[in-house]
Amino acid sequence: MNDSRFTITSEPVDITEVIEKVTHRNAGAVNTFIGTVRELTNGKRTLYLRYDAYVPMAEKQLARIGDEIKRDYPEAKVAITHRIGELAISDVAVVIAVATPHRADAFDASRYAIERIKEIVPIWKKEHWEDGSEWIGDQRETASYPSGRPEKEDMQ
Amino acid sequence: MIRVLLFAELEERLGTRELELREGKTSVGSLRLKLAQTHSELEGIEHAMAAVNEEYAEDTTSVRDGDTVAFIPPVSGG
Repeated sequence: MNDSRFTITSEPVDITEVIEKVTHRNAGAVNTFIGTVRELTNGKRTLYLRYDAYVPMAEKQLARIGDEIKRDYPEAKVAITHRIGELAISDVAVVIAVATPHRADAFDASRYAIERIKEIVPIWKKEHWEDGSEWIGDQRETASYPSGRPEKEDMQ
Repeated sequence: MIRVLLFAELEERLGTRELELREGKTSVGSLRLKLAQTHSELEGIEHAMAAVNEEYAEDTTSVRDGDTVAFIPPVSGG
């Protein structure tokens, strides 16, 4: 059991453990988002993924997302665990649990958390296909940027 | 010494995650330029985000002996 509510792990994620970190007596809702490894992206078959992270900074950025949520929803309690290493199709990559007194806030805050993860948390995934592999450098999962940024044709 | 960390495609191209540079007081931007000039494999480093001691930083952020500077390609977690 990892006591921290914002964790990067190389072990399979225990979903119940993440939920238990936020469950409390004044919660009327616990919303759980589970991000899993998808096989097909734009018709291309993924064999497996490898996630890597700048672990200490990634954990700080996850905690920052928790702080941002607290600013908008002061009564929210948030826990996020992201797995790294080699993941197979359907493996759980990330679990976000948000407990709030009322359900609308729990839905909104979970959505906010996953979108922010894709913006500010230093975690990268490398897709492995039948015909090669590539680090994915784009939130929309439609392109990779070998140069580290969108090229002109990506902007059109 | 300044510890430099590289991730994802930057790490893979250079074949290492970590470099140590002997530098006086410098900045993120100067380090980035120096790395790009001395390691042609690090194509794309000019567009990576940077962090100093695990906090996001700008090119103008100063860097001194003992600091850790990370170059962070576009992230793809979740």
